[in-house]
Amino acid sequence: MIKRLATTREAMLLAAIVVLIALISTRFGDFATPRNLANVFNDTAPLILLAIGQMIVILTKCIDLSVAATLALTGMVVAMLNTAAPGVPVAVILLIAVALGAALGAVNGFFVWKLSIPPIVVTLGTMTIFRGIIFLISDGAWVNAHEMSAAFKGFPRHVILGLPMLGWIAILAVVLFHVVTTRTPLGRAFFAVGGNPHASVYTGIDVGRTQFWAYVISGALAGLTGYLWVARYAVAYVDIAGGFELDVVAACVIGGVSIAGGSGSVIGALLGALFLGVIKNALPVINISPFWQLAISGSAIIIAIALNARASRVKGRVILKRAEHAA
Amino acid sequence: MTTTERHIPDRLTTPLARVLKSWETLLLAVAVAIFIVNSLASPYFLNAWNLSDATFNFTEKGMIALAMALLIVAGEIDLSVASIIALASTAMGAAAQVGAGPAALVLIGLGVGLACGAFNAVLVTVMGLPSIVVTIGTMSLFRGISYIVLGDGVYGGYPAGFDYFGQGYVVWVLSFEFVLFLILAVIYAIVLHKTNFGRAVYAIGNNATGALFSGIRVNRVKFILFLLTGLMSGLAAVCLTSRLGSTRPSIGVGMELEVVTMVVLGGVNILGGSGSIPGVVIAAFVMGLVTFGLGLLNVPGIVMSIFIGALLIGVIALPRLWSMMRRG
Repeated sequence: MIKRLATTREAMLLAAIVVLIALISTRFGDFATPRNLANVFNDTAPLILLAIGQMIVILTKCIDLSVAATLALTGMVVAMLNTAAPGVPVAVILLIAVALGAALGAVNGFFVWKLSIPPIVVTLGTMTIFRGIIFLISDGAWVNAHEMSAAFKGFPRHVILGLPMLGWIAILAVVLFHVVTTRTPLGRAFFAVGGNPHASVYTGIDVGRTQFWAYVISGALAGLTGYLWVARYAVAYVDIAGGFELDVVAACVIGGVSIAGGSGSVIGALLGALFLGVIKNALPVINISPFWQLAISGSAIIIAIALNARASRVKGRVILKRAEHAA
Repeated sequence: MTTTERHIPDRLTTPLARVLKSWETLLLAVAVAIFIVNSLASPYFLNAWNLSDATFNFTEKGMIALAMALLIVAGEIDLSVASIIALASTAMGAAAQVGAGPAALVLIGLGVGLACGAFNAVLVTVMGLPSIVVTIGTMSLFRGISYIVLGDGVYGGYPAGFDYFGQGYVVWVLSFEFVLFLILAVIYAIVLHKTNFGRAVYAIGNNATGALFSGIRVNRVKFILFLLTGLMSGLAAVCLTSRLGSTRPSIGVGMELEVVTMVVLGGVNILGGSGSIPGVVIAAFVMGLVTFGLGLLNVPGIVMSIFIGALLIGVIALPRLWSMMRRG
């Protein structure tokens, strides 16, 4: 029953995306070509990667507002590393990006786990701290395209079977974390902790530690995306991906992830991100100013939570029959 | 979230000891310390006009923080305040272009703030949605509307007389904003600490269901609190717009963080149920003095934000670290 509801919600979202693409195609025929759709997917890949991490954090009743700052800080660090030592292979850069992101996520996780500080306070704080650190290490300067090595810039744009590496990494992450969340003890723990923290303590799950790992995953994905972002756009500065955390939360909420924790899916986060990605890519095509983007994602968040709340509202038990009043 | 332990003391502490040990006293000591450090660090700090300038660092945020404190005590939060400022300022700018006078502009600013607050209030209380997501959504929506209206443009040309709200002085060095902030602080302190409404706010923050069963109209109180926060944001928009003399869609961006930091630094429990207005007022001074002092030392704004972020986490983390270490 629950599973059926879940599948219909995701099916509905998928249908909405298809309808959206169909509507855009009526005004701009080339939008729905495989080539352009691959472009849209590739363009949305960073949002998908971050939304997966955010989804897992939200599952455990937390929130991570520092993802965009983690992305930017990691991106700046690897960009500066590349400038200083252009010989470092991309594999090592990837490893550093993931490790640094995971470490930044672990900072959030530590405060939430060991000091029980509310997640929103922690990540609001680290969000500004991480951005400030970027300024400190870069002195406010930009790292531009000509300072980056060709291999560094080339990796996310390397096309395999018509889709750039960036897109393939998003697909890999979707598959990996779909398996992690649905087929592993840690994945079950994420749902248990968010669904009922007290009950999960009694079943032997350490709530704080599970939340810690959720933050580490979110941070690692943000770190990975940080490198991919900086390499793809071939520029790194303090404000890259500014405000992106709102889009990430929006993608999750639209994807049916319950902000109260305990319910959501990787596929939902993927579809939520794609929904926003299609809108974002469609705006210039149908001649709407990009300045509309912010208001549209804000409205999408509000509409999505309103719909989610309606769908999952717990009906109270009737303890007084209406008929008795009527009589 | 883990449950916090509650110890019931064997003996009640004396009133004096309670005052001395309170968060507000600690905060006041910090404020005095920062004041002394600032005067030692910069020869320009101790000057009446200079200190008057320093108050502009926190008066607008402080006004919002007063209302936000009540909202957080009641267990809700509003992250859209800075975006309300943007929208209210944009509305005022648009009105100024067609020749609205200062009085009309103030009414428009307050009205837009109130309307935004009402929008949040309806979503949270009538539709029963979690305030944190609602206001993350409206944070994008309100500022998004400003971007739609203004794009990368700017509104200027505010009428003569409108500059009083952000640049005027009541007497000597006491600015209009500062006096307004102090008056509002007194009003909010009375409302929270001396009225039935204030008791209801605490009751809701501690146990909303219990409050409902004891006859408090929980949703109505929350509705009013969101309205107040919107209104204060509108007021802050009037002051800020008047002070800057221009409106861009990016006006006040990131201010919600500083407001929440101010409230939490003031000793308000982010989970609701406890906190005081005097604490928030002292916290406003502390933050204003810190940022102003750092400014005199030529520390760039983004580096100051590291301090704000660290302050936000630190004020909650340090007492907990301390008690963890004492327990061993």
